[in-house]
Amino acid sequence: MKIVVNGQERAFAASVTVAALLDELGMAGKRVAVEVNQEIVPRSRHMEFQLNDSDRVEVVYAIGGG
Amino acid sequence: MNAPVNHASDALVIAGQAYSSRLLVGTGKYKDMEETRRSIEASGAQIITVAIRRTNIGQNPNEPSLLDVLPPSKYTYLPNTAGCYSVDDAVRTCRLARELLDGHDLVKLEVLGDEMTLYPDIPATLQAAEILIKDGFKVMVYTNDDPIMAKRFAEMGCVAVMPLAAPIGSGLGIRNPFNIRFIVEAATVPIIVDAGVGTASDAALAMELGCDGVLMNTAIAAAQNPVLMASAMKKAIEAGREAFRAGRMPRKQYGSPSSPLGGTFF
Repeated sequence: MKIVVNGQERAFAASVTVAALLDELGMAGKRVAVEVNQEIVPRSRHMEFQLNDSDRVEVVYAIGGG
Repeated sequence: MNAPVNHASDALVIAGQAYSSRLLVGTGKYKDMEETRRSIEASGAQIITVAIRRTNIGQNPNEPSLLDVLPPSKYTYLPNTAGCYSVDDAVRTCRLARELLDGHDLVKLEVLGDEMTLYPDIPATLQAAEILIKDGFKVMVYTNDDPIMAKRFAEMGCVAVMPLAAPIGSGLGIRNPFNIRFIVEAATVPIIVDAGVGTASDAALAMELGCDGVLMNTAIAAAQNPVLMASAMKKAIEAGREAFRAGRMPRKQYGSPSSPLGGTFF
């Protein structure tokens, strides 16, 4: 299945959870916020939230800005 | 002996929270994280703005994050919606920020209308503010220097109104002090000049006009020596505030001697 993460398409052999995706991206345990198809997925649900084919995922964090 | 000035009684209160510093600073455009940290520290600011952006997948995973360098336990984070040109983008950004910061609901709302001037899109800002306030956010709103709009934003429940002094990042200073004054005179929530300040005297002027605070980023980050400018801004804000509270002398057209006219021996 294919998932679009931060605008980039990525292929996965099987269904993944948000937590597994973050792990794969090297972002496990990092302070990030996740949105799937423009809906927030709270941190408490990362472990259980299953991603589906063609989901659009945004992973964001805080950076310097004015 | 001079009576000590009671700073404790002059806190800036935003959404029920008291702050001793009236300088709010952005964290963008610095050379590196260390310069960011030192400048913010020198500014004495307690409220700092941050942007919410996509993580750079696969890039520098060990680079220190802003949240490590400027811990939210020490600073009040003010996530902004910089770069948003639509209601949806601004609302999404605020919701992501709230999730990122564990339910922190104080946000700086800006919905831009034009890439050249970075002026706010007021109808879109109003719409976004309404959605966000209903959703439980405490909205500090970036707006133009229109007194009628400032009043409207306060009435609808924004916790602070933040008129621009000049376009974002322009450093042109307060272009319309009379409008800022009108806004301050009618204010029911804190008025914070946001954007356009270029140097210390601009910040002092904003405070002398009676503003409750000033939010700036480029004026510090783009200075030749950002840490020194941050320190200058801290003093300018304090000096301007004290001058406002002291009440300036009336302006006169002609000279008026400061020494007694009587008792001269010449």
